[in-house]
Amino acid sequence: MMSDAILLNGKQIQLTIERLSREVIESINFKNTVIIGVQPRGVLLAEKIHQRIFELTKQNVPFGKIDTTFHRDDFRRGKSLNAKITEIDFHIEEKNVLLIDDVLFTGRTIRAALDALLSFGRPLKIELLVLIDRRFNRELPIQPDYVGKIVDTIEKVDVEVRWANHEQEENTVLFIKE
Amino acid sequence: MSQLSSKHVIGIEHLTLDDIQLILKTATQFKEIINRPIKKVPTLRDITIANLFFENSTRTRISFELAQRRLSADVINFSSSSSSVKKGETLLDTVNNILSMKVDMIVMRHASPGAAHYLSERITAQIVNAGDGTHEHPTQALLDAYSMQEKIGDLNGKKIAIIGDIMHSRVALSNIFCLKKLGAEITLCGPTTLIPKYIDALGVNISHNIDETLQWCDVANVLRIQLERQNTKYFPSLREYALYFGVNKQRLDKLQKEIVIMHPGPINRGVELTSDVADSEHSIILDQVENGVAIRMAVMYLLANKHE
Repeated sequence: MMSDAILLNGKQIQLTIERLSREVIESINFKNTVIIGVQPRGVLLAEKIHQRIFELTKQNVPFGKIDTTFHRDDFRRGKSLNAKITEIDFHIEEKNVLLIDDVLFTGRTIRAALDALLSFGRPLKIELLVLIDRRFNRELPIQPDYVGKIVDTIEKVDVEVRWANHEQEENTVLFIKE
Repeated sequence: MSQLSSKHVIGIEHLTLDDIQLILKTATQFKEIINRPIKKVPTLRDITIANLFFENSTRTRISFELAQRRLSADVINFSSSSSSVKKGETLLDTVNNILSMKVDMIVMRHASPGAAHYLSERITAQIVNAGDGTHEHPTQALLDAYSMQEKIGDLNGKKIAIIGDIMHSRVALSNIFCLKKLGAEITLCGPTTLIPKYIDALGVNISHNIDETLQWCDVANVLRIQLERQNTKYFPSLREYALYFGVNKQRLDKLQKEIVIMHPGPINRGVELTSDVADSEHSIILDQVENGVAIRMAVMYLLANKHE
């Protein structure tokens, strides 16, 4: 753990979330937009952005969560089976969907999330917001529309967003050497 | 825990508490999926599953098949009435012939207790027991436990009655194993002739008084009188059985308390359960059927990932 480097500290994350929220406010159509966080950790970021958008505009954008487990392409390759809750209590048909995840890496999770999302209907448009974009590690042609920070790493390094569990802790983005 | 401990699901007896809880938890996610506009996920698209039903079944076979299709598995169906079994082929030969067509998983119902276990020691494919004679019916017990949990919460310390033909019921045995592992208290209720000797060794209470049992329990799982398995007479008449052990509205009205009524189907209406109870607000029989699909999806999903 000594070799972990902090990429963004709590203060910086807060600033980034602030900027992302304002970028979203600038470009979305409130009447027709829904926010969906990708389970598990994209949901935490999505909740913060959803909350901030509400504070800034008093607009309550419909908010949902999506789990990608059953749509992944690495099933039977030793990956975790723990599915989380999918909760989309509104129609996404003909809506602008803002999909939110914490780290965009190979693009496979987002591919699975898109697949999962389409079983709820046909959205007008899907946009992607991520806190960290590891742009040189993509394995699929997927690009984000809103980016917190671009991180260029060799593949052996893990980038992890740690959300604080309680107030004494700080949100951090870490490099973790494997 | 994110993996089953076992390669097969032969009986609840061999599953750990962690396994059971993993299956129940995973089923919750599948229940959400089968309520979506598009009720299908691509998870098992590279898996072929054979449903081998050597004994008649409507609900279980449809439920398994639906679960497989909702997981995008390839499915082949086999029923013994229209097959070479009639020509005298052995079970092992039948199964090996099907397996040589590259089948990954087998869902089997068979009239002989232990048939699924027998196969599991002799073939490489994974096996889900869909009922073996009077032995076990694990997915039924899991869906029963799931439905109970959904209705009354954590089953630890809850009082469950299993009423009726315990002797011939694989549902009863699987239910006992499953509910015991989840920490519930169990009372079996039925005529002396339909309660096996020494079953109290499994740690269950025995009662022959239906009114007392109903008064005691939170949930009553009423079993079907399995006339097809009864070679001799175990009670004088169906009418007498209904009179002494049938669950009817008068009995429930006397209780003045909340009670959940379950039945694994098919119901002999007017024998173990009257229509006014089966169709009442106490009954969760149709929830059981819906949950069955989710449970079976969870079981096959978790097993498929176990396969190397």
